[in-house]
Amino acid sequence: MKLPIFMDNHSTTPVDPRVLEEMLPYFTEDFGNAASRNHAFGWKAEEGVEKGRSRIASLIHADPKEIVFTSGATESNNLALKGVAEMYAEKGDHIITCVTEHKAVLDTCKRLEKLGKRVTYLPVDQYGQIDLDELRKSITDKTVLVSIMYANNEVGTLQKIKEIAKIAKEKGVLVHTDAVQAVGKIPVDVNDLNVDLMSLTAHKLYGPKGVGALYVRKKGPRVRLVAQMDGGGHERGMRSGTLNVPGIVGFGKACEIAGEIMPEEMSRLTGLRDQLRHAIESNLEEVFLNGHPTERLPNNLNISFAYVEGESLLMGLDDIAVSSGSACTSATLEPSYVLKALGVGEDLAHTSIRFGLGRFNTKEEVDYVIQKVINNVNRLREMSPLYEMAKEGIDLKSVSWGRES
Amino acid sequence: MAYTDKVVDHYKNPRNVGSMDKSDPTVGTGIVGAPECGDVMKLQIRINDQSGVIEDAKFKTFGCGSAIASSSLVTEWVKGKTVDEALKIKNTEIVEELNLPPIKIHCSVLAEDAIKAAIADYKKKKD
Repeated sequence: MKLPIFMDNHSTTPVDPRVLEEMLPYFTEDFGNAASRNHAFGWKAEEGVEKGRSRIASLIHADPKEIVFTSGATESNNLALKGVAEMYAEKGDHIITCVTEHKAVLDTCKRLEKLGKRVTYLPVDQYGQIDLDELRKSITDKTVLVSIMYANNEVGTLQKIKEIAKIAKEKGVLVHTDAVQAVGKIPVDVNDLNVDLMSLTAHKLYGPKGVGALYVRKKGPRVRLVAQMDGGGHERGMRSGTLNVPGIVGFGKACEIAGEIMPEEMSRLTGLRDQLRHAIESNLEEVFLNGHPTERLPNNLNISFAYVEGESLLMGLDDIAVSSGSACTSATLEPSYVLKALGVGEDLAHTSIRFGLGRFNTKEEVDYVIQKVINNVNRLREMSPLYEMAKEGIDLKSVSWGRES
Repeated sequence: MAYTDKVVDHYKNPRNVGSMDKSDPTVGTGIVGAPECGDVMKLQIRINDQSGVIEDAKFKTFGCGSAIASSSLVTEWVKGKTVDEALKIKNTEIVEELNLPPIKIHCSVLAEDAIKAAIADYKKKKD
């Protein structure tokens, strides 16, 4: 077993060697510009791009013509929200999203609000799901878009996208989903879900960083967007800029592999994740699962370890890469807004750890992580005044804490 | 963010972790911070009534590595000092010793507050 162990696969994933192998010729031999229509270098590059486009489309059951390449999911989200808001400005000025979205959606919405659009941020329940009735009630005749993420990047909760789309479609409203964490991890079918726009990125599914895509429905309805990048009119006018050919080739290969091994990978990662969860729960008291018990990504585990501050636990797990919702790990000193939205108290939010399992994690690694987590939580609890007070029977909620730090 | 060697050393080998009897009249207990803020420090000192010298110090901390290191460090610093000397310890000295980055300065402030709170508790018991 090689140390350090990477178990932070929601942040990014390593490039699969099979992906890299397929990309390499496109850096050197086949380096052409896919927009060069009059020579072999361009044709070869275009061939690579179109093969990638087909493979990506195939993974989400879309038509290749519905795939618009971008630099990543942040750009895809920006293009979807801003592009729809601008294109359908005459129809309405209202967008519905939810409070646990990625910042790429939330901050785009804030920008749109500054430009005069109205945005409804739906709350979520204790598991991280929106209420469908609340969604229904929020839609007005001015609503142009509902944008709800498929799977949450912190707690792994899956939203009921199919039902959400059904409600929006009944009222003639377009649906966008940021499916960055879901695509390649669980089956995703744009037609079964009946969504109009979907953001994807390569680096979350063992492809390279710097390449993403936006699925834009062509039929029933034909979705139109105002381009947010002016230039040569690439990607059917929706996104100008020379295509990242090696990136797209790699993205395509990554999607092909994900599609082929998905059933096996899902069950293997679910098994490892459940092993990790059960070992932690049976060896440590007062640990709390964050997110939905069943409706969650197979590779996600998010747990609060009461009385142990998250960053101090990360420090103890010095040869394991995981992440924490603790304030101390963020630049703002605010604990995770996602956990807060789920109603996790700030005290417990500070103690949360996110484990993101991936294709290259082994059982041996999970065993190692389990042991190290248990040892460190026990050690830090021995050092924790809160644990001591709780053991003495003091209700920590009733204590009047002298000073806000 | 990488931690400095001194912070890692205090985190891995914390000095003087433990608790003393809160009701002991020679023991001053200071608990500062709040769980919602992600930091709670408990500092306890045992003071010689005659000399006013801090003879022992113990801490327990819920917080990040820098908070643990700051409290571990002050238990070393206050031992052997008189109450008046201990009150002169400034958070900036902790920042300097541990090389804390700006975002962790509040950990040092909390440690300074913990000393003051423990001494105030001791003095209250004397009155």
